[in-house]
Amino acid sequence: MKKSGAQIFVDCLKEQGVDTIFGYPGGAVLPIYDALYESDIRHILTRHEQGAAHAADGYARATGRPGVCLATSGPGATNLVTGIANAYMDSVPLVAFTGQVVTSQLGRDSFQEADITGITMPITKHNYIVKDVRDLARVIREAFYIATTGRPGPVLVDIPRDVSGAQIEYQDPGPVNLPGYRVATEPRPEDLARAVELIARAERPVIYAGGGVVNSGAHLELRRFAEMLLAPVATTLMGLGAFPGDHPLSLGMLGMHGSKYANYAVCECDLLIAVGVRFDDRVTGKLESFARQARIIHIDIDPAEIGKNVRVDVALVGDARRVLSLLIERLEARLPGAWQEKIATWKKEYPLTYEENGRLKPQKVIREIYYATQGQARITTDVGQHQMWTAHYYTFTRPRTFISSGGLGTMGFGLPAAIGVQVACPDETVFDIAGDGSIQMNIQELATAVHYNLPIKVAIMNNGYLGMVRQWQEFFYNRRYAYSELVNPDFVKLAEAYGAVGMRVEKPAEIAPALQEALATPKPVVIDFIIEREENVMPFVPPGQPLNCMLG
Amino acid sequence: MRHTLSVLVENNPGVLARVAGLFSRRGYNIDSLAVGRTDNPAISRMTIVVEGDERVLEQVIKQLRKLIEVIKVSDISREEHVDRELVLIKVSAEPEKRGEIMQIADIFRARIVDLGRRTMILECTGNEGKIRAFEESLRPYGIKELVRTGKIAMLRGSRYTNINGTREDE
Ligand SMILES: Cc1ncc(C[n+]2csc(CCOP(=O)(O)OP(=O)(O)O)c2C)c(N)n1
Ligand SMILES: [Mg+2]
Repeated sequence: MKKSGAQIFVDCLKEQGVDTIFGYPGGAVLPIYDALYESDIRHILTRHEQGAAHAADGYARATGRPGVCLATSGPGATNLVTGIANAYMDSVPLVAFTGQVVTSQLGRDSFQEADITGITMPITKHNYIVKDVRDLARVIREAFYIATTGRPGPVLVDIPRDVSGAQIEYQDPGPVNLPGYRVATEPRPEDLARAVELIARAERPVIYAGGGVVNSGAHLELRRFAEMLLAPVATTLMGLGAFPGDHPLSLGMLGMHGSKYANYAVCECDLLIAVGVRFDDRVTGKLESFARQARIIHIDIDPAEIGKNVRVDVALVGDARRVLSLLIERLEARLPGAWQEKIATWKKEYPLTYEENGRLKPQKVIREIYYATQGQARITTDVGQHQMWTAHYYTFTRPRTFISSGGLGTMGFGLPAAIGVQVACPDETVFDIAGDGSIQMNIQELATAVHYNLPIKVAIMNNGYLGMVRQWQEFFYNRRYAYSELVNPDFVKLAEAYGAVGMRVEKPAEIAPALQEALATPKPVVIDFIIEREENVMPFVPPGQPLNCMLG
Repeated sequence: MRHTLSVLVENNPGVLARVAGLFSRRGYNIDSLAVGRTDNPAISRMTIVVEGDERVLEQVIKQLRKLIEVIKVSDISREEHVDRELVLIKVSAEPEKRGEIMQIADIFRARIVDLGRRTMILECTGNEGKIRAFEESLRPYGIKELVRTGKIAMLRGSRYTNINGTREDE
């Protein structure tokens, strides 16, 4: 059968079950756009390629299925870069397609040529440039396979315009065959036995759970495991929702902006069971003091994570869900003792709190969003103080409901990610809890939300500052607020100009009614919450300090 | 500590850039790197000499294994092996010095591959220590130019490494 490269592209996407792609057209992808035009794949036109990458990322995080984005060559491709790096840092299955100049013009600094495979080499799990249309189907199959298996990650496929435009007699390339790509699924029996022994001997176990639990779908196993051991569970930012935040064993988040009780528990535990985490510096604080008294068991699917930052006693390399089931089979349930009591005391003594003073507190706003949505919304965030307040004050009970840029910390992630989430989950409530600084990095995506009538709710925590920067300046630079104060547009008018609904909230009493009204509005809504300007995220561990040295 | 890694990779354009990029990005030190295709034209072998303690080495190996086009990584320096480098040295050789230089070449079993009016090119293969000694012996005559390959290495005996790992035939 004769097929064009673009037709092969569309057919391969359908074969992968892709129903939606996020993209932005241009010269080098015109053959692909022409083929998409008559396909039943939904194309969402974002207003910036970065938005397309983040939307595809949000779609993937919400569903666990690969997100797909598409951009033209040169500037289109380079505009994807932040989004790809973001997905890479948080192990999100993303497949990014870029157009490229025709093969005969490659390497000549042609119009809109950028070496996107070279540029994205360090921020993709793998990438390809397809120079022969006969390789296209094989490469696309490999790209999806690599993006979604093992430790997920972004894969980029660069397709020159003459390749997508070429006609060939199509031959099926058959199943994926990658001799250099192997995925670990089963830990070694001797390691498993050692882990069981360490667990049996432990008196003060703590579980440290991260995004790997979400990726592996291991949340039920994690819960069962924790309940058997009566081990408290601290999660990373990426792990929020992997363990129910309202569970008696939940310690909330650990690390720089973790709860005191989570950090104290990690400092005092004699066994740390790390599941799907990478001992990031925002979590460990000063490395030498991290979990100093503890033996460490590390469960991860990526062998390269074992021993990367912290020496561990036992490594269980494999899929978290599988490994936890194997452990559950081998363990006995425990009874509560002194450790559980100690944790309970810490929780009572050092709860997360904030001062109520009649002014609009961001923590209160987020708590009200939690109540208004019965804790059932999908929440995206930008990066900064509001992100940490969201982590603290919206209690996440299910995986894939907290969608935030963890590893890269990308301001401007929240709005386009919310678009991807709403497209993936049309019947659910999607809130973007945004910063007044961050929202302006991808504000153009309000047009996308209006264009596709996506009823996302954007709650801007408007403090008139790059708040997290200001907080650091307050603590570490003598309150010298160097270039961290903002002069903002009128977000209500801005929302209206885009065709969305704009609202403003300045007093605590207005929060709940505004949220009710927003939730009842079947359109994109922007709520500008004018919050206490110099509110801080508390408690926190100054950089480079041990976890039990917390301010606040 | 220095380690010699024998790495089998798919013979694709870009694979060298991926390996080199990995080393520079993660701050690993490459002492030398030699690449060439194997008896299977679809597969190349890289021999990489890296400097670092056990912990660095473990990370290097694991990170290399994560590259999709890397098929097999083995630390050859843990086992009995043969390693060789090749050097070409252009040395000043006024007619009255040529006899001495030829004697040195003899001792090192080096070959004279070019003779100019005032210079000679000598070719020598051997392990690193021999190459270093050879270079030192010629230095007093005036080395004009020196070109050397990276190290290549192979296991001794009937054991061998291929894409299926290290094995031995009956
Ligand atoms: C793209 C990008 N640029 C810069 C930063 C550094 N940064 C981290 S938090 C922050 C302030 C964010 O301000 P805002 O969105 O208003 O959130 P707030 O902290 O005030 O809640 C900045 C500038 C970043 N994370 N991302
Ligand atoms: Mg702000």
